Amino acid sequence: MNRRAYHAAAIAAEIAVPVAILLAWQLWTVRAQDPKFPRLSTILVQFRELWLFSQFELHVVPSLTRIALGFGIALVAGVVIGIPIGLSRWGRIIAMPHIEWWRAMPPPALLPVSIVLLHSIGNRQKVSFIAFFCLFPILLNTIDGVRGIDPTMLDTARSYGVRRFERIRRIVLPAALPQIFAGMRTSLSLAVIMMVLTEYFSSTSGVGYVLLISKNTFQLAPMWAAIVLIGLLGYLLNLLLILIERRVLAWHRGWRTAAAQ
Amino acid sequence: MASRLADGGGAMSTPGGHLLEIQEVGKTYGSGAKATHAIGDVSFAVDDREFVCVVGPSGCGKTTLLKCVGGLLRPSRGRVLLRGTPVTSPPEQMALVFQEYGRSLMPWSSVRNNVLLPLRHKRLGRKVRSAMVEEALDAVGLTPFIDHYPWQLSGGMQQRVAIARALAYQPSILLMDEPFASVDAQTRGDLEDLVLRVRDEFEITILFVTHDIDESVYLSDRVVVLTHAPTEVKEIIDVHLPFPRDQIATKELPEFAHLRAHAYRLIKREQVEQEGDPVLAEAGREGA
Amino acid sequence: MTVRSLGALLAPVVVTILSIAAVLVAWELEARAGLISEQDLPAMSTTFSELWSMMHTREFWTAFGETVRGWALGLGIATVLAVPAGILLGSSDFALRAFRVPIEFLRPIPSAALIPLLFLTSGTTLKSEVFLAAFGAFWPLLVQTIYGVRDVDPVVLDTARSFGVGRLERLYRIKLPSAVPYIATGLRISSAVSLILAFTAELFMGTGGLGQIMNVAESFGLTVQVYALALATGCLGLAIYVVFSAIERRALRWHPSQRIGAA
Repeated sequence: MNRRAYHAAAIAAEIAVPVAILLAWQLWTVRAQDPKFPRLSTILVQFRELWLFSQFELHVVPSLTRIALGFGIALVAGVVIGIPIGLSRWGRIIAMPHIEWWRAMPPPALLPVSIVLLHSIGNRQKVSFIAFFCLFPILLNTIDGVRGIDPTMLDTARSYGVRRFERIRRIVLPAALPQIFAGMRTSLSLAVIMMVLTEYFSSTSGVGYVLLISKNTFQLAPMWAAIVLIGLLGYLLNLLLILIERRVLAWHRGWRTAAAQ
Repeated sequence: MASRLADGGGAMSTPGGHLLEIQEVGKTYGSGAKATHAIGDVSFAVDDREFVCVVGPSGCGKTTLLKCVGGLLRPSRGRVLLRGTPVTSPPEQMALVFQEYGRSLMPWSSVRNNVLLPLRHKRLGRKVRSAMVEEALDAVGLTPFIDHYPWQLSGGMQQRVAIARALAYQPSILLMDEPFASVDAQTRGDLEDLVLRVRDEFEITILFVTHDIDESVYLSDRVVVLTHAPTEVKEIIDVHLPFPRDQIATKELPEFAHLRAHAYRLIKREQVEQEGDPVLAEAGREGA
Repeated sequence: MTVRSLGALLAPVVVTILSIAAVLVAWELEARAGLISEQDLPAMSTTFSELWSMMHTREFWTAFGETVRGWALGLGIATVLAVPAGILLGSSDFALRAFRVPIEFLRPIPSAALIPLLFLTSGTTLKSEVFLAAFGAFWPLLVQTIYGVRDVDPVVLDTARSFGVGRLERLYRIKLPSAVPYIATGLRISSAVSLILAFTAELFMGTGGLGQIMNVAESFGLTVQVYALALATGCLGLAIYVVFSAIERRALRWHPSQRIGAA
């Protein structure tokens, strides 16, 4: 009985706290009457007007496309480059200083450089910028994952005459996959940030652009609606990746649980 | 020097000779003052359909030796001949089963796909492959678990998956590296009998490394007793126990007790020579 | 030590240096050959000498100091808030469940989205920069601290309980020390995030620092300066990364995850 009461209370809290936070926001904005902090209800109305779905195609679709392309390129490149580096000691010795350097570089410091270098503020510059900085978390995690493979597993495959390419496909890649997913999660949240930064810095479309324009014209409600949308995008993309990961790595969770017992 | 030895060995392996020959194999890691001589000089031969066990004191380089035989490691000296041909990379007639089943089975693949792994690159039809997998799993009694993941099975069952995978590969020689060291005693007996049975069924030769003297005598036709590192062959014991072997009846035979005691003495003497008093040495190891 | 083993020890260091040198030389040669116009990608030597002469100006070091200040304040405030909050949430199942939804929702929000809001509310002040940096740095630290506190070995905790060790003492004698490696990992991540966001604030809102002078250089078309500043920022990022991953390694030394290899 006691346990059940506790569970009920926990679930109630799980619902009550977020509701309380939203309610507090609404009450505070109504009382404060600060134009910089529009009422929650105003923001939600604005959100519906803008994004469901009149401006969706004009601004949300370009932003999502840039994220998808940049992230996709980074994923493929990170895995394809990371596997040979992870498998070879000298490959790591040669490549690691460069990877460490770019990983430590704050991305916005290259924002002006990317525009100068690529002569573009269009999709080419945006996608390359996103892809470049999404690359490093995936690359590093792939290298780590490949390094961590149990040598017994590779010895077994070798003793059965499994060829190099098949060994990579059947053993190296799946074994490194949990780590690759960890890198993907970091990269995906980076991709959203990069998308906002590049669009906010210079562009003619996208959610970041809406953010910039509404700031410049002091239109607070659309600005807030854009902030909420970006938050929602970050949340939903993360959720999507977690769902995919759960499916693809179902074996990993089972295996870990079994190993822990 | 090395090449002359190799030439001499080649002359010895005339047709009709041994299936597998380990000729003056040695393995040294590192060089100069820091070099460790894992294997000094080991030679013995294995005949077709023979069951040979290799025993030795712990840390005597048994696994290293087996990896050299399996073509996974290149010996520093000497060579390994399979039907007269030097082994330089993993040969197709050999299959390896490691002690660490949990580390050699792929946790992301079902039992079926684990057994399928060595068959994928063989030029076989889909149906043939599938039949081979099923036959191998049937031989180890795991047919009902074909679509499970390895980590859903017990340790003994996982090791049976590893054996099935080796069988499906249809090797003429099965190399086993302490395959039953991490399972409980009851399961271990079952697995020993299983290996003896599949050896007859699949007509294969088995080279079996273990540190368990009872197991080596129970299983084999001959026991190769190794010395401490740098490893050499101390003695080769012929085992003439009757087949089929039985966990209770065979182990009650006076012949079994005699062989077991003989092997035990050889290894104990080896330990005394190496480490002084065995009891003290054991205590020291536990303290570390 | 023999000559050979010394060689084996030195070879990776030599190859690393050669690898870095090769890229720098390639950069220089590329500029000399003119594959990419000098306007778009100045030569390595030009960039380095620009950085060198910038390093002799007071403005550079003032800006450098401002960036470091924004970074340090952001990281400091985030740590002061996130670690206690993480310990609190990690110690209580109930609190964690109550705040799970808001945390899960706020955590992935790209802090970059807050730039216009900060610009309008606090303007081009240090406050904006520090808030942005602290907001971004808060989440990784919070999550790592929660993980750390929850990952305490229950056997150790039960043992302490059976000896009558009080709640508070259990917290700072057991929970906190076992969470230290996780907090160190969180610090390493957050230190990078804080720098990124401090720089972002400077670049986008003009709150001073390296980001602002880069923005100015970019708008005047001073490409060489832009590259030199990117180089300087990269060096700062690398230095922070090196220091904080060294701290992390120290904190992880006794942790079981480091001992798995030995067992």
